[in-house]
Amino acid sequence: MELTVWTYEGPPHVGAIRIANSMRDVHFVLHAPQGDTYADLLFTMIERNRKRPPVTYTTFQARDLSGDTAEIFKIAAREAVDRFKPQALLVGASCTAELIQDDPGGLAKALGLSVPVVALELPSYQKKENWGAAETFYRLVRAFAGGAGKPEVAPEQASCNILGPSSLGFRNRDDIVEVTKIVEALGIRINTIAPLGASPADLARIPQAHFNIVLYPEIADNAARWLKRQFGQEMVAIAPIGVGATQDFIAAVAAAAGVDVPDGLTADGAERLSWYSRSIDSNYLTGKRVFIFGDATHAVAAARIASEELGFKVCGLGTYSREFARDVREAAAKYGVEPLISDNHLDVEDAIIAAQPELVLGTQMERHAAKRLRIPCAVISSPVHVQDFPARYSPQMGFEGANVIFDSWVHPLMMGLEEHLLQMFRGDFEFHDDAGSSHLGHGHGAAAETAGGSDTAPVAAEAAEPIHTQPAAAAATAPGEPSWTIDAERELRKIPFFVRGKARRNTESYAAQNGLNPITIETLYDAKAHFGR
Amino acid sequence: MTVVYSAPVPAQTCAPETAERRDVLKQRGQHEVFCGLTSIMWLHRKMQDAFFLIVGSRTCAHLMQSAAGVMIFAEPRFATAIIDERDLAGMADMNEELDKVVSRLLARRPDIKLLVLVGSCPSEVIKLDLPRAAGRLNGEYSPTCRVMAYSGSGIETTFTQGEDNFLAALVPDMPAEAADAAASLVVVGALGDVVEDQMMRVFNGLGIGPVRFLPSRSSTTLPPVGPNTRFILAQPWVGTCAQALERRGAKRISAPFPLGEEGSTAWYRAISDSFGVPEARFDAITAPGRDRARRAVERYRPVLEGKSVFLFPDSQLEPSLARFLSRELATSIVEVGSPYLNRDVVGAELAMLPDSVRLSEGQDVERQIDRVESDNPDLIICGMGLGNPFEAQGRSTKWSIEFVFTPIQGYEQAGDLAELIARPLMRRSLLKVGA
Repeated sequence: MELTVWTYEGPPHVGAIRIANSMRDVHFVLHAPQGDTYADLLFTMIERNRKRPPVTYTTFQARDLSGDTAEIFKIAAREAVDRFKPQALLVGASCTAELIQDDPGGLAKALGLSVPVVALELPSYQKKENWGAAETFYRLVRAFAGGAGKPEVAPEQASCNILGPSSLGFRNRDDIVEVTKIVEALGIRINTIAPLGASPADLARIPQAHFNIVLYPEIADNAARWLKRQFGQEMVAIAPIGVGATQDFIAAVAAAAGVDVPDGLTADGAERLSWYSRSIDSNYLTGKRVFIFGDATHAVAAARIASEELGFKVCGLGTYSREFARDVREAAAKYGVEPLISDNHLDVEDAIIAAQPELVLGTQMERHAAKRLRIPCAVISSPVHVQDFPARYSPQMGFEGANVIFDSWVHPLMMGLEEHLLQMFRGDFEFHDDAGSSHLGHGHGAAAETAGGSDTAPVAAEAAEPIHTQPAAAAATAPGEPSWTIDAERELRKIPFFVRGKARRNTESYAAQNGLNPITIETLYDAKAHFGR
Repeated sequence: MTVVYSAPVPAQTCAPETAERRDVLKQRGQHEVFCGLTSIMWLHRKMQDAFFLIVGSRTCAHLMQSAAGVMIFAEPRFATAIIDERDLAGMADMNEELDKVVSRLLARRPDIKLLVLVGSCPSEVIKLDLPRAAGRLNGEYSPTCRVMAYSGSGIETTFTQGEDNFLAALVPDMPAEAADAAASLVVVGALGDVVEDQMMRVFNGLGIGPVRFLPSRSSTTLPPVGPNTRFILAQPWVGTCAQALERRGAKRISAPFPLGEEGSTAWYRAISDSFGVPEARFDAITAPGRDRARRAVERYRPVLEGKSVFLFPDSQLEPSLARFLSRELATSIVEVGSPYLNRDVVGAELAMLPDSVRLSEGQDVERQIDRVESDNPDLIICGMGLGNPFEAQGRSTKWSIEFVFTPIQGYEQAGDLAELIARPLMRRSLLKVGA
C-alpha cells in the first residue's frame, strides 16, 4: 500500500483508452464500475476533443455483483458493436473489474461478434498508464499486422512508419507535422503513422514499410521491437528533440533508408536556437543550474539541450518512467548527477529543493513545486494539462521544436540586462521582493498565480490552499542553526531576491562547516568567495 | 421560544402522490457519472481539520486529480492509499499496511483532527473492513485525531451520495442535545460559507435559533442532536443522513430546496412554520431578499424564456434546477435525468414540474444522447465528459458540476444561478466565430 497525493501516470486502462482514442474505427469495451467514466473528461476537457473517446464502460454497481456482471459485459459489448460498427473491438477490465475476474476476453470471443476482438490484460495493481498504452498498441499491431508473413516491399522508394504519437501525448499533434516534414524532405515515403489517426487496416499495412521510426518509446517500443523480430524492420529510436538530436535523427533516418541528406535540410534558416544561443545576450544563460524531470524521452532530450545547446548546468535529472530508467541513469552519469527514479512527486520536490536550481524543466507537477519555491519553470513532458494543448503550433521535435524550446525555456528566466540592473540597484522601489517578479506573473509571489488558470471552477478555490509541509521553503531558522548579525542580515537583503535564498543557504552551510556563529558581513563575503557565483 | 407546529403546506402533502403517478423512464446502460469519491473535492474544503484518505487503486487517485479541475496541485487534505499486488496476493497484511500509511500521514500532518478512511470500489470488492480499521486506529490516535470511515465507492454511490454517506457516518458522533434543550435547527448538506452566513442572518431576523450546519466547518464542532432538534435538508442528496438523524430523534422539516426565489421562500417558510414564526415577521424579514432575488432572476429571463432544456443525471439537484428553470425562468423542460430519485426528498420539487416533463432515473447514456438528438433542446445541462462533444455538434451546454461547486442557494444567489445557466446562451450570441 502506497500513500499518493498526485500521480504522474493513471492506471493501465487509461493508457489503453489513449490508444483507442488515438485511432479510427476502434472501440473499447471496458468492464468497469460506475465512476470510471471520469476518464472521458481527460479527452473532452484536457485535450478538448470534439468527440467522446470510443469507450463503452459497463458501469456495474454493487447490486450487480451478486447477480451477473458477466451478462452486463456481454450486453455492453454486443450493443457497442451494433451502435459504433468498429473495425476492431478492444476489451479489458479496470482495477475493480480485474478483482471480479469476469474475463472480458473470453466473454467477448464467446459472443461471436462480427468484428475481430483484441483482449487486453491490464494488471492494474502492478502497472501504470504508459505500460497500458504500450501494451495495447503492441496487442493491436500484433493482431492486425501479424497475420501475413514478411510482405514484398516496394523497392523503388524507401518508406517508413512513424510509431508512437498518441492522444494525450505531450505536443504529439505538432511533433508529427515537424517529423513528417523532415522525413518527406529526405524523399522517404511515410507508410503509416500510428496509433494517432490510424485504423486497424492501417496497422495491417505496417509491415510494408522498410523501417520504423519510434518517436515515443514509452508508447511504441514494444510494438517496434516485435516488428523488428517479425519482419526485420529496423527501428530508428532517436527522439528528434533539440538541434543535435534532430541532426542525429536525420542522419539515422537517412542511413536506415539508404538516402543522402540534402543540403539545406540541417542548415536552413528556420532553425534559430543555435544562433540565439550564441548571440551575446545569451551569455547570462551560462552555467544556470537546471533541474530536469519528466518521462524518460523528454527528460533525456532536455538534458542534452540544456547542456550542449544552451550552456546550462544540469543539476538534477530524473524520470517517473521506471520502464525507461536505464536511459535516464546513463544520461545522469554523463552529466555527473544522481539519477532520480521516482513516481512520488514529494520526493521530486525535495530533490528540487536540495539541487537549488535556477530553472526547473518538468511536468505540471514540478511547475507547481517550482511556483511554490519561486523558481522559474518550463513544462517539458506529460502528464498533460489543458495548457499543454496550446492553440498555436508548438512542437517539441525538429528544428521548429528547438525554436519553441528556446523560447519556452528562456522566457521564464530573468533576462540578462534585467539581472545586471538588479544587481546594481538593489533597493529599486519598483522591483523589490514584495512587488513579485515580472517573469513569475503579476501580484505577490507564488500565491498570485492561480493553479491551472481557468480550467474549471474548483481550481481557483484550490489555489489558495496553504502549504503546510514545505520543509525548505519555510523561512524560520531551526534551532541549532547559526544566527545572523543584524548587519549581515541587512547586507543579505541587498542581494536580489531571486538568488537570496541560495546565498543564505550557501552562507549558512559555509558557516556551519567552519564553525562560524553568528554570521557576519565578513562570513557572507567569505562564503561568496568560497562558492563563486 | 414557544414552538407551534403548523400544518404542512399543501405542496408537500400532494407531492408524493403526484410523483408516484408520473412515469419514470428507467434504462440500464452506461452511467456517465462520477463516483462518490468526487464529493471529497468540496468536503475537504468545508471541514478544514479533516483529512480524507481513500483506500483504493491508482484509478481513484487519478480520478481525484483529473476531476479536481483537471489538475490542482497545492497539497490538499486528501490522498489515496493505493492497494498494490502485494496486498492482494496476501504477501502484505493490508491492515498493517494501512496502519503504516496512516502513521506516516499523521506524522506529516499533525494539524489533522479527523482522519476519514474512504472506501472505494476495490476496497469494497475485497471486503476490506474500513469501519473496523477506523475503530482500531481510534484506539491509537483518539482523542488527538479521531478516525472514521465511510464508503464513496462507485459501485455504491454516485457523485454527491459520497457526501450523504460521510454525513450519515458523522451522525453517531454528534453530541447528544440536552433533553430540556430549546428547539434547535440543523441545516444538512454542505453549503458555501457565504451562503451559511446569509442564512444565519435570515434565521436571526426570524428569531430562530440556535441554528447549526452539518457538515460543520470543523470536526470538533459537530451540532448536538436530540428529540428537540429539527433539521432541514439544504441539498437533495443527503437522504441517508436524514434517516440517521431521525434515528437520533431529530424531526425533519420537509420543503423544496432553496434554489431561486420560490424555492428559498418555501424553504424558509417551512422552517418558520415549524418554529411558529408569525406571518408578519416572516414577510418583513424575507421581503427584501425575495424582491432582490426576483429582480436578479428577471434580468436573465429574456435569455432563457421559452428555451427548451435537457438535464442529464449528475448530482440529484436536477429536479430542483428544473423547477427553478421552469417556474422562474419560463423555460420548457424536456427531460430531467437524475442518478437517483428519492421521492421522499424531491417529491415537492417533482410536484411543481409540468406534466410534460420526462423524468428519467439512472442512465443509459447512449440512449439518452439519442433522445437529445430527437428532442433537439436549446440547452443541455450535462457533465464534463459530454459537454464539448455536444458543443462540437453546435449545441449549447452547461456543465452541471458547477452547481455543486458554486454557491447557488438562497435569495442572494438566485441571480447567480440564473446567470450560470444563461451564460452559455449569452456567450453563444456574443461569439462571431464558428465551432
